[in-house]
Amino acid sequence: MNSLTILGLLPLIGSAALFLLPKGSDLLAKQVALGVSIVVAIAGLGMAFSFNRSATGFQFVEKHQWIPAFGINYALGVDGISLLLILLALVLTPVVIAACWHEAEGGRWSVKNFFGLILILETMIVGVFAATDIFLFYVFFEAMLIPVYFLIGGYGTGEKAAAAVKFLLYSLFGGLLMLASIIGLYVISGNQLQAPTFDVTALSQLSIDPVTQRMLFLGFFIAFAIKAPLWPFHTWLPDAARAATPGTSVLLLGVLDKVGTYGMIRFCLSLFPEASKEFGPTIIVLSLISIFYGAFLAIAQGTSSGDGNIKALISYTSISHFGFITLGIFAFTEQSHSGATLYMINHGFSTAALFLIAGWMISRRKSERISDFGGLQRVTPIMAWLFFIAGMSSLALPGLSSFVSEFLVLVGTFARYPIPAIIGTIGIIFAALYILIPVQRALHGPITPGNENLTDLTLREKVSIAPVIAVIIFFGFYPQPLLDVINPAASATLSALQITGIMGGK
Amino acid sequence: MNAPNIEYGILGPILIVLAAALIGVLIEAFVSRRYRYILQTGTAFAAVALAFLQLVLIRQTSSKAAVSSMSIDGVTIVLQGSVLIFGFLGLLLIAERGFQSFTAQAAAIPGSNEEQKALVSGLQQTEVFPLTLFAISGAMLFPAANDLLTLFVSLEVLSLPLYLMAGLSQRRRLLSQEAALKYFLLGAFSSAFFLFGSAFIYGQAGSTTFDGIRKSIVESGGSDQFLLVGLALLTVGLLFKVSAAPFHAWTPDVYQGSPTPVTAFMAAVTKVAAFGAAIRIYYFAVGGLVWSWRPILIAISIVTMAIGTVIAIAQKDIKRVLAYSAIAHSGFLLTGIIALSKDGLNATLIYLFTYGFTTIGTFAIVTLVRDSGGEVSDLNRWAGLGKRSPLVAGTFTLFLLGLAGIPLTSGFVGKFAIFTAAYKSGNISVVVAGVLASAIAAFFYIRIIVMMYFSDPVEDGTSVVIPSAMTVATIAICAVATLVMGIYPQPVISAINSLAFFAG
Repeated sequence: MNSLTILGLLPLIGSAALFLLPKGSDLLAKQVALGVSIVVAIAGLGMAFSFNRSATGFQFVEKHQWIPAFGINYALGVDGISLLLILLALVLTPVVIAACWHEAEGGRWSVKNFFGLILILETMIVGVFAATDIFLFYVFFEAMLIPVYFLIGGYGTGEKAAAAVKFLLYSLFGGLLMLASIIGLYVISGNQLQAPTFDVTALSQLSIDPVTQRMLFLGFFIAFAIKAPLWPFHTWLPDAARAATPGTSVLLLGVLDKVGTYGMIRFCLSLFPEASKEFGPTIIVLSLISIFYGAFLAIAQGTSSGDGNIKALISYTSISHFGFITLGIFAFTEQSHSGATLYMINHGFSTAALFLIAGWMISRRKSERISDFGGLQRVTPIMAWLFFIAGMSSLALPGLSSFVSEFLVLVGTFARYPIPAIIGTIGIIFAALYILIPVQRALHGPITPGNENLTDLTLREKVSIAPVIAVIIFFGFYPQPLLDVINPAASATLSALQITGIMGGK
Repeated sequence: MNAPNIEYGILGPILIVLAAALIGVLIEAFVSRRYRYILQTGTAFAAVALAFLQLVLIRQTSSKAAVSSMSIDGVTIVLQGSVLIFGFLGLLLIAERGFQSFTAQAAAIPGSNEEQKALVSGLQQTEVFPLTLFAISGAMLFPAANDLLTLFVSLEVLSLPLYLMAGLSQRRRLLSQEAALKYFLLGAFSSAFFLFGSAFIYGQAGSTTFDGIRKSIVESGGSDQFLLVGLALLTVGLLFKVSAAPFHAWTPDVYQGSPTPVTAFMAAVTKVAAFGAAIRIYYFAVGGLVWSWRPILIAISIVTMAIGTVIAIAQKDIKRVLAYSAIAHSGFLLTGIIALSKDGLNATLIYLFTYGFTTIGTFAIVTLVRDSGGEVSDLNRWAGLGKRSPLVAGTFTLFLLGLAGIPLTSGFVGKFAIFTAAYKSGNISVVVAGVLASAIAAFFYIRIIVMMYFSDPVEDGTSVVIPSAMTVATIAICAVATLVMGIYPQPVISAINSLAFFAG
């Protein structure tokens, strides 16, 4: 067995152990879940050190026949992009488990099921990023929805059942469109190669006529745009984020939604280069709309007197951030690509920090309204400062990790599309607004009645958030290790696109 | 004139079941009531098992039989095997005695003293077993028929027992009898269409055997209008049986009104039989007329998917939801016929094989959810089932995901195979329609899951009864099949692929 398989199996075994635990052993369940996820994270980091950074192509490759009748293989492998996304998931899972220690206690089902579902989800995430067989990718892509569905519907708040169903139906719909495209690719591969295949490398060698390519591209792209989410396919996200527990939201927005942008790079660009170039400008427009749309809605949440919801605000900021990521992907320069990939990682960490801290604020204050958090700076200084740092990372303050990625995306985009890059830059100003307004209203200012006796972060909470904050600051100053891993993969994608002219910007 | 040669060996599976059915009639007539149940079930299970054994022994056969009126080839073997397996599972449900799904006396007027007396005496008639065996034998003949007349006879042998069985429900007798009558009347109509179509085809082709029709199409170029009219009428009859739109109207009523074990049996077995016959007709007999029937079947397939999925959303009765789901699945299955290729043939057989397990399992679970009066099929009363009996709700979720075609369930494998075949043959429109229909269908399957897990249980006496070993075995087999063929379908696929050839 290969290391990726083991990495994926470990959480699954852990979750099986959790489900077998007797009723009432909640503490033990939490400890087992945390232990398993830490072991997996360490194993994953260990694996990353043996990753050859200078090589292109997939590493840690593994391939077994699964359904030979259809040419389906169990094929895994990672390049720089997928490796980092897997690491993101592996690091964030123990953080979420530790940070959300008590989150599951008000749920419909038992605590052990909550952590069991999280571990299953971890397995699916490893699988979806590591799959190099499109069929296998699709299976993980769809199967992944089930644990999230139960996490939102079973442990969330408010309109949780409706939000869970909306999430599931949107994703299934996108997935089915993708299935049609996958079938199309499979049939074409059967006509052009000796045997039909789902292998992503072999499929990228096909020559597909332009009309078919456009149709197939759209099938994939819509599925990924729903997942990412890109305007106008985003409407499920705010509901899901509002209903889900903060821990679920971290995994959903921080990691799972990256499958969308990852899929655009891995499948849309490499399988349908012509169609990608053709649709590129349209998608750039959609990205810009997303940037502003997300920002405006976030500002609206932040400024609305009374019922501005902090979870909704964070989810809208994510729509804006995903706009930047897709902008970088479809600008087709090396810098914008590296920036977009880096953005995925950084967004994962800064959103995780925002959601987790917001979750602690909510659980202490028993309210999600931004206006209820006044004066936290004085009552709970550590929590307030950490929220501030996370917010600054979200608005891409220089010195924090998101700055590097946003800068790279915009510079890279400018080389090819100057005007969209300039418009995108204006989006940063709105980013400052949507972060600073809630920071000002929630953290500073007079203490809202009812906040006087809130307690600051406990040791467990501090320890659990520490790695995230450390990552945000460290990679803000020194992003080179990440870029070293990303760059070869990014240039490999672009060279497959055969884009000539402005390689690497000016 | 010499007596025709009958190949008893390769017709064995059908003959065994038919003989057992006749023995069942004699048992019903002559054996004391006390021993009937045990004798009837024993005969039925033994017959189905023996027939399956014989089928395994003759699995390499590929020839015409009974003076070319039947074709025992790989396709027949796969379909008959499916029918026997699903028939066995259906019989297990029908033989369950704990629930009293069946009326004690079918002839008693609902609510009358006679009915009360029969109920109180606790003596149930057991005619349902020979009826089931007749239906199974008809379902085995139907896909083997290589002649329009044999086809018609087997259609009736399959249908007549089902009309009766639909009316045997213990609870809601009137609904059940209404369903039986509707099924019978509409079935009679469709039989008439079928027969009329056969006459037209015979008139043009000069032969009722499929080989003869095939040959005549090659010779005449297939442009004869009577042939086309005949094919159209024949198609109506077949589409009625597979419950494709616009001939689907009986399905929800019959599925709802029939005793649930019968519904389970009917849903799986008739689908296999009818699609089995359809595939032989469209692929073998009138394959040369593909230009004429393909566009029509494409339209019907799309309409069937749309009607099945959209109307299912508005249903409040679980059995009606499943009936519309069955209609939608007929739409998906038609895409396999439209493909007209070896891939399409394989895919249709795989789809039928996987679908049967899932659908029987689904209905088996429906028999478990009851209140003091009988089964609870009102969807709202399934609320909170996940809390009350997590195991049953979990298994039902598995079956629903299978019907929805979510990856890692057998339903996905079938769907993937059939859509791939349709795409390969260039019929991309049905693939796109199928994918969109699947998305809509997911909505109502998921709605039931939401109902079970995210709603609080209502205290209205709804509970899950503890079933006997027979129902448990059925559900377990179906669940394992749904899961295993979803995760590792290769053995089943290669077995079907290697068998599925027509005898030339």
